[in-house]
Amino acid sequence: MTALTQPAPPPATSSLAMIRTLGVVATVCGVLLVLTYQNTLEAIEANKRIALQRAVFKVIPGAATMQAYYVSPTGVVEANGAPPPGGLKFFAARDAAGQLKAVAAEAGAMGYADMVRVLYAYDPDRQVINGFGVVAHRETPGIGDKIITDRGFLDNFRALDARLNDAGTALVNAIKGVKHGARQHAWEIDAISGATVTSRAVAKGINDSAGKLLPLLRPHIEKLKEAP
Amino acid sequence: MIPGRQQPTNLEEFLEGLWKQNPVFVMVLGLCPALAVTVSAVNALAMGAATTFVLLGSALLVSLLRNFIPREVRIATYIVIIATFVTIVDYLIAAISLTVYEALGPFIQLIVVNCMILGRAEAHSSKNPPLRALTNALGMGLGFSLGLLALGSVREIFGSGSLFGIALFGADFQPWVVMLLPPGGFFVLGAWLLLFNWWRARTPAALKAAEVQSHG
Repeated sequence: MTALTQPAPPPATSSLAMIRTLGVVATVCGVLLVLTYQNTLEAIEANKRIALQRAVFKVIPGAATMQAYYVSPTGVVEANGAPPPGGLKFFAARDAAGQLKAVAAEAGAMGYADMVRVLYAYDPDRQVINGFGVVAHRETPGIGDKIITDRGFLDNFRALDARLNDAGTALVNAIKGVKHGARQHAWEIDAISGATVTSRAVAKGINDSAGKLLPLLRPHIEKLKEAP
Repeated sequence: MIPGRQQPTNLEEFLEGLWKQNPVFVMVLGLCPALAVTVSAVNALAMGAATTFVLLGSALLVSLLRNFIPREVRIATYIVIIATFVTIVDYLIAAISLTVYEALGPFIQLIVVNCMILGRAEAHSSKNPPLRALTNALGMGLGFSLGLLALGSVREIFGSGSLFGIALFGADFQPWVVMLLPPGGFFVLGAWLLLFNWWRARTPAALKAAEVQSHG
């Protein structure tokens, strides 16, 4: 009878070796991560600033500088750090001579697939929304994403009525999206045919944002015009 | 190395991922990014480059530490290493270009669960010295990028009528929007797999036929 030759079992690994390995690997990886984070932070922040500035300048043609502010019931402060309670962010854009061109703010509402985030410009003298750009969306390509390119849709934002009532507490007329071809008033947004859900999301987002921001902003517009 | 099998040369090691074991067309691995971000050639290249970077980084580290990592904790170790390089590439892309970063969206972070990378660490890097592991990882990364580019360029040509952002067909072209949607990804992948497998099946048969002829 031949004895079965069994391979020797592998030597047992000590618990210490396992913990040591995991500890060393985690430490090496931790150091790599922290180094990368610290070295890329400045470039990432700069990229974000440039991207935001580009987006604001696109909705406010002719702007040369911009500054971010928070407006709250207590007043307007420059946006450095945490927002004050109830504070809303907006951007004031000025031309090369330092004159206030318009203010811009971000708005968002649920579209067909996800949040549609847009940037709009508000002209305080004429009390109209006269600039529009898409910040982020996940709408269907070829349908919902027409809000970026559709000429007819973008024409809605030449002078979209955003007048405040005499007390300055709310919009006189709520901004709303209407079916393609059914626009009758200056505060209505003519939807893109086939992309009504996305168009209405844009209208709702702007209405919600402007309805809150503009009443807060109204008492400070004159001051904003003076400040360089 | 498997006993009795000859050690592959560096060139074979490199070509393995590019052709013989192409991650997209042969192993059909890493399909989540392959289908999700390949709506344009630029996106495909960026995703390919990011994945190649993670493959190279993790292959080097796993290979260097291969004699030091006990079998029992190897998967945990590989995952930590891969996650580290994915986070690094995430920061790097955001620092280089926010446009690319936003186009790729959450799929950069999802490289962490690309089975091809853990597969390479387990099947190759943990058994080979650093240079060999890097060569193989580079081949795999380029093979993956090539697969993504094959998908991305076809989808961009039909879905947007352009390639690398350059319009090809003029204003009259009506884009095939379905190509930019998930089903389009499957259509194109299916077509490429068909072509690739037909080619692979055909080559040995053709050789055999030629051989028979020459002997006959």
